[in-house]
Amino acid sequence: MIVAEQKPIEEIMEYISPYNRILLVGCNECVTVCAAGGRKEVGILSSALQMAFMKEGKTLEVKEITLERQCDPEYVEELVTHIDQAEVVLSMACGCGVQEIARRFSAKLVFPALNTKFMGASERQGVWAERCQGCGDCILGLTGGICPVARCSKRLLNGPCGGSTGGNCEISKDVDCVWNIIWERLKSLGMEDRYEEVMTAKDWRPSWHGGPRKIIREDLAE
Amino acid sequence: MGNFEPVIVAFCCNYCAYTAADMAGSMRHCYPPNVKIVKVPCTGKVDVKHIMLALRKGADGVYVAGCLEGDCHFKNGNNKAALRVARVKKILDEIGIEKERVEMVTMSAGMGKDFARIAVEITEKIRKLGPNPVKNISAGQSKLATG
Repeated sequence: MIVAEQKPIEEIMEYISPYNRILLVGCNECVTVCAAGGRKEVGILSSALQMAFMKEGKTLEVKEITLERQCDPEYVEELVTHIDQAEVVLSMACGCGVQEIARRFSAKLVFPALNTKFMGASERQGVWAERCQGCGDCILGLTGGICPVARCSKRLLNGPCGGSTGGNCEISKDVDCVWNIIWERLKSLGMEDRYEEVMTAKDWRPSWHGGPRKIIREDLAE
Repeated sequence: MGNFEPVIVAFCCNYCAYTAADMAGSMRHCYPPNVKIVKVPCTGKVDVKHIMLALRKGADGVYVAGCLEGDCHFKNGNNKAALRVARVKKILDEIGIEKERVEMVTMSAGMGKDFARIAVEITEKIRKLGPNPVKNISAGQSKLATG
């Protein structure tokens, strides 16, 4: 999932303080799962912002809506009936959702309420960690299903480096050395030979280095 | 300020604090009428959203009263509630409202006397803090909303 976290309320207040009628839009997908921008978080932020305004002697009208998916035009279309009543939109989706609203409603200002952090997985309740950088050319089949592109601080394809100590990365004791994890995993699978093979330099063009990416499925595209 | 009577919302667990409140009554222990009790099946059911809503609607203070550590009927609902209260305190800090307006307390069903004592203590603390700064505007908005 895409993992995000809420911006400081002070920053959100800077965006919306000139206005007094906002549309606060959540998303039912990734940001609901990572507890950053679902229906519940929309309700909490709505109360917090209204209280912050009231404390200053001002009022803030908030229309709360949580869409099924904010990155999908067919769901963003549901905002049509509400958009005119709001001065600005505050989106609690990832950056994709914010941009979809900006694209569809070009005359309306839209502000992000979240910082989109990474593509990750849930390690345990309330803890999410980065797992994928969307490099566009997956090598998980070669590394025992563990990604050195996303999880090695140096993105090494033939690790570990000399900074790996006791299973930890040199940048922090809280960061696992992913090449240690890969080695342990290959060992448990009886695939130590795989580790001996040197990986050639990665072609980064399918990654962002080739510019913004797009997929066109000819069997689906209209 | 002299005549200020705070409105305090207490989310009380059915298995402990709510029964303790009942016991306080049976034992003739007085506690302030400022405390408005909301019975919940477990304090683990009380969310940040509910506490924030109570404050936004004009409550001067909110407390969540759950079971003693290790005594939750649903294993750890009281611990979850404590974390949520901590989160509300953080939000209140961010928007410049006294975080002392929100508290987590624990007790057993037999602690009727303590329920009354805690209700008195929290009421006095909130009375000293004064009205919730959003209270008047919140009340005005409610009047507008009801026409």
